[in-house]
Order: sequence, then C-alpha cells, then structure tokens
Amino acid sequence: MITSFLVKSLDRTILIAAALLLALAVLVPALNLLTAPDHPLHVPTYLVSLFGKYLTYALLALALDLVWGFCGILSLGHAAFFALGGYAMGMYLMRQIGARGSYGNPLLPDFMVFLNWKELPWFWYGFDMFWFAALMVVVVPGLIAFVFGWFAFRSRVNGVYLSIITQAMTYALLLAFFRNDMGFGGNNGLTDFKDILGFNIQADGTRAALFAASALALALSLVVTSGIVRSKFGKVLVALRDAESRTRFLGYRVEHMKLFAFTVSAMMAGVAGALYVPQVGIINPGEFEPGNSIEVVIWTAVGGRGTLIGPIIGAILVNGGKSIFTAAFPEFWLFALGGLFVLVTLFLPKGVVGTAQQYLARRKAHRAAERQDGESDKEQGATAPEAMAAE
Amino acid sequence: MTGKKPKSLLYLDGVSVSFDGFKALNSLSFIVEPGELRAIIGPNGAGKTTMMDIITGKTRPDAGEVFFKGDIDLTKKDEAEIAQLGIGRKFQKPTVFENHTVWDNLELALNRRRGVFATLFYRITGEDKARIEEILSIVRLAARRDDLAANLSHGQKQWLEIGMLLAQEPELLLVDEPVAGMTDAETAETAILLKEIARTRSVVVVEHDMGFIRDLGVKVTCLAEGSVLAEGSIDFVSNDPKVIENYLGR
Repeated sequence: MITSFLVKSLDRTILIAAALLLALAVLVPALNLLTAPDHPLHVPTYLVSLFGKYLTYALLALALDLVWGFCGILSLGHAAFFALGGYAMGMYLMRQIGARGSYGNPLLPDFMVFLNWKELPWFWYGFDMFWFAALMVVVVPGLIAFVFGWFAFRSRVNGVYLSIITQAMTYALLLAFFRNDMGFGGNNGLTDFKDILGFNIQADGTRAALFAASALALALSLVVTSGIVRSKFGKVLVALRDAESRTRFLGYRVEHMKLFAFTVSAMMAGVAGALYVPQVGIINPGEFEPGNSIEVVIWTAVGGRGTLIGPIIGAILVNGGKSIFTAAFPEFWLFALGGLFVLVTLFLPKGVVGTAQQYLARRKAHRAAERQDGESDKEQGATAPEAMAAE
Repeated sequence: MTGKKPKSLLYLDGVSVSFDGFKALNSLSFIVEPGELRAIIGPNGAGKTTMMDIITGKTRPDAGEVFFKGDIDLTKKDEAEIAQLGIGRKFQKPTVFENHTVWDNLELALNRRRGVFATLFYRITGEDKARIEEILSIVRLAARRDDLAANLSHGQKQWLEIGMLLAQEPELLLVDEPVAGMTDAETAETAILLKEIARTRSVVVVEHDMGFIRDLGVKVTCLAEGSVLAEGSIDFVSNDPKVIENYLGR
C-alpha cells in the first residue's frame, strides 16, 4: 500500500528534482570540507549556510503549495508554523547550552535567570532530549493547524476570510511571543546556541551536515507531497478547490480533506523552521511577522503554484535576489518585492515553472498534431474515423 | 420521529422555509415512489431549487419533515452524508471538475469509500475500470476519456455530469434543468438517457422545457409560490386553469 503510494509519486520531473537535491546533499558538503580554501571548486562555509537557509525556505514554500496550489487555501500565516517548529528546535538548543551561559546556571537559560525565575516552566520539560524536541517540531505546528483548521473548515470559512484569519493567527502569536511572561525569551528570542547533538554548531562539519539534512528533508517532502497530490486524495483536493459544493454532493467530507492537507502542510513548515534555526543561529518573534507569511506566498507565486517544483525554485530565486539586492540597495528591496508580485500576477500568472510547462505541453501537442497530419497524408484517411469520433 | 411513514422513497410533509421574510417554500408536501421518474415544473421563484437544496442538506427547513426510505431524517444530515446515503444531484449549471480528465471525473464520482486515508491509498481495480468504461459508453464520451473536462462542449459537460451521478449509484437522482442550453438533438438524446437511468432508480427532473417533459411522458408536479399547485399527467396539469393562470399562461 505504502510502496504503491510512493511509486505513483515518482513522475519524471519529481524524480529528477529529488535526485538533484540528494546529489547536492552530498556534493556541497564534500566541496566544502574536502577541498582547500584556495581550490577553485571550494564552497565557503558562509555560502553553505546561506543555501541551507534557502532550502528551508523552499521547504516552507512547498508546504504552502500543498494547501494553496492544490487545495485553494491561501494561507497568509504559514510562517507561523515555520516559527513554531523553529522555537521547538531553539528550545532544545537552549537546553544544550547548559552551564555555559553568561549566568552559568546549569538548568535555566540566561533570559530566565535575568527575569529572576527560579525554576524551569513545565512546557520546557523534555526539551533537553533531541527526540522529544524533534517530535514537538511536527506536533506543535500540526496541533495548532489541526485545531485552527477544525474550526475554520467546519464553519466553512473560505477564500479571503480564511486568509485574513490566518494573518490574525500569526499576528496573535507574534504578540504572544513578544511577552516575556510567555517564557520564550520575549523579543530577544532564543540565541547564543552552542551545540546540536554534541557537535559545535559553528563548526564547518556541523554546518555542512545541516545543509545536507535540509536538502534531504526537502527531497523527502517533495516525494511525499507528490505522492499526496497524485493519489485519488490529491484529485479530490483539486476537485474541491475548483468546485467545492459539487465535491460535497459527491459525498466527500470536504472539511476533513482540507484539514488533513492543512495539518500535513503545517508539519512540513515546522520541519523547515527547525532546520532553519540552527543555520541562522537565532529565533525571535519577528519570524511571526505577518509580512513573512506574505513573502512565502510571493515565492510560491513566482515559481508557479500547483507545480511543487515551482515553489522550490521560486523560494531560491527570490531569496537569492533578496540577498544580492539588499546588499546593493537595502532601502528598495520591499518595492522590488512588491513590484515582482504585481508583475508575476499580471504577466506570469502560472509562475516560472507553470509557464514553462504550458509552453512544453503546447509544443508537444503541436508536434503530435504535425506527425498525425503527416501520417494521414500517407495512409489516406487511416486516422479519419478517430477524428470523426472525437467530434 | 419513528411514526410509520408510507413506503415511499422520498417523503416531504409540510416543509416551509423563508429567506429574509420571503417564503420560498410554504408547507410543501411531496412524495416520490421507488423507481419513479417525476417531472417538476413551475414559474421562477416557485421553490424548485430550494426544494432540492432541502433534500440534499444544503438548506435546513424552518418547519416540516423530510424522510428518505421511510425513516431516515434528512433534515439532520449534511450534504456529504446525504450523498453517501444515495441521493445524487445535478445542478442547473453543469459543474464538472474542469481541471480533471473525463476519466478522473468519473473515478472521483464512483461510489467507493470517501475518507481521507481510503482515497490517499486508493488503487484502481479492474472492477472500477470496467464500471467507468461502462458509464463512458452510456454517456457517449468514450472517445474523450483523456481530455480535460474543461474542453468539452456544453452538452457533453451535462452528460459527463449525468455520468458522474450514475457512478455515484444513487437511489434517488435530482436533476435540475438538464436540457437548458442544449440543441434539439441533444435534448432528445437526454430524454432517452434519463428514461434509461430511471429504469433502475428514482429520478426527479426540474425543467422548463414543456416539449422535453412531453417526451419523458411521466407524472408532472407543478409548483407555485412554494407549494404544489397541481399533480398528474402532463395533459391533466397543462389543462388545469390554475396552472395556466400561474405558469403557462404568462
């Protein structure tokens, strides 16, 4: 059952993309670690971390594509799930610091000592163990998405109203995480990480391993997402995106379908956040900023929604552009981003990948038609009955 | 709610519903027997579509009883449950899944388990394939199986939707204006198709086209202002003075 699910997911494009990611997962760390710094093919560590970060953004965009591209749920709060996953990882990394903090308290992270807290809050228990933190990385975003989706989809909140309440959700979380009383480090967030699984988080080897893990997670998520959208369940998702009430009258529980997709997507976003935090070295409430979620929508739109590969390419393109642009003209980046969104919406509504696919499909159909014409000229009317039947 | 209902397939009694003070249905009573093909006519605003909304769970009645197969209370169920019970509905405007192929449209409509995990791990069986092939030939779309539904003509979309309803294997089929916008030839074909379908299940057809209803040759119910005005053969109903005044005469 599971194998057939996976075999079906592997259409050629997905297979190539996943193989490419796996190759990157091996190649980039190798070029970073095994070549001398003056070697022409050497990849400096800062680039490894930068591209590792892009890969986690790509995973976030892929997660959004599952709900937006295939299910029609325009979530403007997906960065919240990313941040929640990031916080779960951040809490583990804080506990790993141990007595090496500025206050030298073996149990309490620095910010708690600073706030005069005497003991660890209950929700920090267990985060000293990696497996527990890793579990929370998917459970917490998944649970919040499940509860949120349960109420939203059951009440049939759709379209722009749903988008607005997802914005409200991420904004509410932003305000909550800003408060010192919440116990997540207030507006400073969690930082000054020392090691992960016993390895120094600043070391080249750890950075390379985090890059490889990000590429691997993205490849795996791509295959799983592809399996979901190519299954009958995926067809139901597209059906309810295009004609929700028709789908209901066919007997499908639309709200359950949406809830499943939304929850899976939030979990993927959580994983992305968890891989992001050790690579950038900090997580703070700014990650809940409503603007962040909107940026994810732009990456997805630029790459092409509903194509799976598109959002990955879009996330890397836009963020690469952002890194270059913000270095050259820092104050104009937001205008460029807004302009990009308007241009893509107007001139490339299917995004980069969607437009390319459309072009290829048209050329293929054109060629097939030409070939058929050639044949029917030779064998006079051999294809005519078929053509008539088609009319 | 266990009062003995007659063995009718669908039983509506005293159903009323109003929207912002407008009485869309006014104490409507209506019965469909198993295996019956029934036509419903009536002027705009007579409550035909509202009645279908109530039967399929889209709208809740303010008052009245709606029972399916004698003792299933439809007013307590939602659209998906009612569809799974075996009531299929065809909308006025053809609604097929335009981004899916003809084949996939039928596969989605097949009466199989419809849960999240059942669909996630679904594999098409030989039996399902045979059933889809059979429906494709009934609705005359076998040659277009791999085309996107968006590329079908208006009449073909109507047939595809009828095919999807067949795939659902409903016991009761509600069909809203199936021949609106069809050519005369398509209309005649559709009448034949509906009569074929009604051999194995009950069908309720709402239609304005009197010629089409004459072709069907079945019992007719005329609705006006939310309740039944007249019921009987087409000749009986079309000669009823109230019907002429309310509907045909205008």
